[in-house]
Amino acid sequence: MATRQTQSLARLMRAPAIILLLIWMLVPLGMTLYYSFLNYNLLSPGTTSWAGWFNYQYFYTDPAFFQSIWNTLVLVLGVLLITVCGGIAIALLIDKPIFGQGIVRILVISPFFVMPPVAALIWKNMIMHPSYGVFADIAKFFGATPVDWFAQYPLLSIILIVAWQWLPFATLILLTALQSLDGEQVEAAEMDGASAFARFTHLTLPHMSRAITVVILIQTIFLLGVYAEILVTTNGGPGYASTNLTYLIYRAARLNFDIGGAAAGGIIAVILANIVAIFLMRAVGKNLD
Amino acid sequence: MGSITLKSVRKAFGEVEVIPGVDLEINEGEFVVFVGPSGCGKSTLLRLIAGLEDVTDGQIMIDGKNVTDASPAKRGLAMVFQSYALYPHMSVRKNIAFPLKMAKMPEAEREKRVQHAAGILNLTDYLDRRPGQLSGGQRQRVAIGRAIVREPSAFLFDEPLSNLDAALRVNMRVEISELHKKLATTMIYVTHDQVEAMTMADKIVVLRAGRIEQVGSPLELYRSPANRFVGGFIGSPNMNFIEGEVAAKMGAHAIGVRPEHFHMSTSDGLLGGTVGVAEHLGSDTFLHIDLDNGPHIIARAEGEFPVHHGDRVYLTPQEGRVYRFDQNGLAI
Amino acid sequence: MARAVSRNTKIGYTIAAWFVALLIFFPILYTIITSLKTEQEAISGFNLIPSFTLQSYEDVQSQYNYIRPFMNSVIIAVGSTILALIVAIPAAWAMAFSPTKRTKDILMWMLSTKMMPAVAVLVPIYLIFLRTGLMDTRIGLTVMLMLINLPIVVWMLYTYFREIPGEILEAARMDGATLGQEIVYVLTPMAVPGIASTLLLNIILAWNESFWTIQLTTTNAAPLSAFIASFSSPQGLFWAKLSAASVMAIAPILIMGWFSQKQLVRGLTFGAVK
Repeated sequence: MATRQTQSLARLMRAPAIILLLIWMLVPLGMTLYYSFLNYNLLSPGTTSWAGWFNYQYFYTDPAFFQSIWNTLVLVLGVLLITVCGGIAIALLIDKPIFGQGIVRILVISPFFVMPPVAALIWKNMIMHPSYGVFADIAKFFGATPVDWFAQYPLLSIILIVAWQWLPFATLILLTALQSLDGEQVEAAEMDGASAFARFTHLTLPHMSRAITVVILIQTIFLLGVYAEILVTTNGGPGYASTNLTYLIYRAARLNFDIGGAAAGGIIAVILANIVAIFLMRAVGKNLD
Repeated sequence: MGSITLKSVRKAFGEVEVIPGVDLEINEGEFVVFVGPSGCGKSTLLRLIAGLEDVTDGQIMIDGKNVTDASPAKRGLAMVFQSYALYPHMSVRKNIAFPLKMAKMPEAEREKRVQHAAGILNLTDYLDRRPGQLSGGQRQRVAIGRAIVREPSAFLFDEPLSNLDAALRVNMRVEISELHKKLATTMIYVTHDQVEAMTMADKIVVLRAGRIEQVGSPLELYRSPANRFVGGFIGSPNMNFIEGEVAAKMGAHAIGVRPEHFHMSTSDGLLGGTVGVAEHLGSDTFLHIDLDNGPHIIARAEGEFPVHHGDRVYLTPQEGRVYRFDQNGLAI
Repeated sequence: MARAVSRNTKIGYTIAAWFVALLIFFPILYTIITSLKTEQEAISGFNLIPSFTLQSYEDVQSQYNYIRPFMNSVIIAVGSTILALIVAIPAAWAMAFSPTKRTKDILMWMLSTKMMPAVAVLVPIYLIFLRTGLMDTRIGLTVMLMLINLPIVVWMLYTYFREIPGEILEAARMDGATLGQEIVYVLTPMAVPGIASTLLLNIILAWNESFWTIQLTTTNAAPLSAFIASFSSPQGLFWAKLSAASVMAIAPILIMGWFSQKQLVRGLTFGAVK
C-alpha cells in the first residue's frame, strides 16, 4: 500500500492543515511574546518602548493578579468538584432501568448546547435575580429575604452557572464509560459476594477512572478560559471578586488598552494551560494505538 | 488458464526478510493450500501473488505472462478476505456486481452473472440485503460470490473460515471444495488449520519462516514427511516424537509415530506407560500416556478400549509406520 | 445486561431520574415558558403557565432586527466548519491511510494548538484584525473559528477514517477499481457518516463560541453569541423578550445537539472515550 507515489500524495494532502496550524500557533504566540516586553498602550501611541521584564513584574506585583489566579483556581476546582461528583451520580442513575430513558438523557445533556452568554443571562435574570428570579420567589415563599447572588456571592454564582453548563458533558462521558462496563464482570463480582458498594468502588470506579481523568483534563482546559459568563453577569466584580485570569487579561487589553501588560498576562496563561495540557496529551496519546 | 509460477520470489519489509526466496509451480485447476503456523509468511506469499504487496526480488508469472509489476486488477485474480471485506454500504447484489461494474460490463450481463452466482451460493433470497444483515456464513458466501462472477483465472482465499464457528466451518469447507469441483479453476487457499489443508487440497505447501518445507498431496505429506516439522504439523492429534535409547536402537536421533499407528495392549508391548487422561469417544479412544522414562504421548485406539486413569498400557508402533529423523530433523 | 428488576424498583428509579433531569432542564424550560408570557406576567412572580403570546418574539425581531445576528451565526458556523472540513479531510485521510512514523506526533501537536488559551493571543489577533480591516467582518470571524476548530475536525475525521478496514480497500483493488473509483464507490460512502457527524459537532461548537465572537465583532458581523452578550444589562431587553431571544438562539443547536450525543463524546474527548 505504501508505495512511493502514495507517500508523496499523502504529504501533499497533509500540508495545508499543518501549515495553517503552524502559522496559527507560531505567529500570534510570537507576537504576544514580543509585546510582553514592550511598553505599549493604544491610548498613547508613539510612546512604545522596550520594557524588559517590567510588564511581568507589574503583573506580578498587582494584587489583582493574585486574586485572579486564586479565583481561577477556585472556579476550576469548584466546577470540577460539582460536575465530576454530580456527573457520576447522575450517570449511575440514568444507567438504571427507567421509563423514558431517551428523554431523560436529552433533558440532562441540554444545558451543554446553550451558548455561554445565554446560559449566564438565563441564570442572571430568570433564576438568581434578587427581585424576579426563581430563587427569590422561593425565598419569598418561605418568608426569607432573597439573596442578591451576584453582589453577595459573585464567584459562587459563576461557579454554579458554569457547573450547570458542564455537568451534562461530565454526565454524558461518564455514562458512555459506564455503559461499556462488562456485565459479566459485574455478575462475576456478585457471585464472589461483593456488595453493591464494593462493586462500585472496586469495579465501576476503576473502570470509569480513565473517563474521569479525561473529563477533568478537558474541562480544565475550557474552564481556564471562562469569559462570557463573567462578562454578562458580574463584569469581574464587585472589585476583583469574580475576575479570573482570562478576564483580567481581557480587561488590560480591551478596557485599559495596555497591550504590553495583557501580553505578559497571556504568556502566564499559556504556561498555566501547558501544565494541564501535558497531562491531557499523555492520557489521550495512550489511546492512539 | 490459471497456472501460476513463482521464481525465487523474495520479500523484505525494510530490514526484515519475511520470505527469503520461494520457487513454486501451481498447475491449472489445482487446489493449492498454503499452510503453516502464524507468522510463517503464508499470507504474505498470497498477497504477493495477488499484487497487494510489491515483490522485493524475483518473478511471478500467471499463465506464462510476467505479472510481477502488474497491478492487482490486471492480474485477473479474485480474492476472498479473512474479514470478508464486503462493502457495507452496498446491497449483496451490488457487492457481487462491483467487480463487473469496474470492468464496465453492461447492466443486463451483470445481472445475469449475479443471478447465476447467487444461485450457486444459495444467496438468491438475500440479494437486496446489506452485509450487516447477514450471518457470518452468508457474508462468506457473498465474498465468494463477488470472486466468482469475475470468472478469474485463479481464486485466492486468505483464511476465509477463521471467523466462523466450528460447525459452519465444516459446512463451508465442503461448499468451497464442491465449488472447486464445479468451476475447476485454480484456487490458492491460506490457512493455519491442517485439517482444512488435508481435506481440501490437491497440493499442500507447508511453510515455515518464509521457507517451503515440503510440497505434495495430502497423503504424500502424511505418509512421507520430509522432516520433523512437517511430520508434527500434518495429522491430528500431532505425531509423537520419541528420542533417546528407543530411537537410537532404530538408528535415528528421534522417531515419530502417529497416535493412530500404535498397537495397544494391557499386557505387553515395546513401550510401557501409565494412562493419564483417557478420552472415550465411542468411535475412538484417545489416551494420554506417560511413557516409562520417556515423554508424554498421545495414542489412539479404534473403537472402545477399556482403560482408565492410572492403568498400565503397552504400545508397539505398527510396522512401516515409524518415521526416523536425524540430528537436524530431516527424515532418514 | 438485560437484568430483570421489579416494576417497583424501576418506578422508583424513574421518579428519581426524571426529578434530576427536570431540575437540570428547568432553567431552559422556564426560559421557554417566560418567552411565551407578556412582560407584565414575566416579572410578577413564579408562574409556570404563560398566556402563550408570541408578542415577545415579534418584538425581538422588530426592535433589534434579530434576523441579522441569526444569519451571521448561520454563515459563520456553517462556513467555518466547511472550510475546516476542506482542509481537514485530505489531512486526516493521509494520516489514516498512509501513516508515517511522525503521524502520531503531528496529531498530538495539532491537539496541543487547541490547548493554547484564547486569551493568550487576544492581543495580537485583536491588533491584526484592527489593522487589516477584518474587525467586525464575517470573513474574519469565519477564518478565525475555522482555525480554532481545525484540530478537533482533523482528529475526529482521523478516528473515523481509521475505522475503515484496510482489507476493504484491497478488495476494491482486487475487484479492478482504479484509485478514483476506489474513492468514489468505496471510500466516500463509507466515510460520509463520519464526515457528517464531524460537521454536526463543529457547527455546534462554532455556533456557541463566545470569546472571539465578542472580541472581534461589534454590530455588523455579530453572531448570536455576541448579540445576546450585549444585553448583559436588561434595561433595553425585558424578561420576556430576553427569553424569546435566548430561545431562538439556542433552539437550532439544541435540536442538533440531541441528534449528536454519541459524536459529542467522541469529538470532545478526541476519541479517548467512545
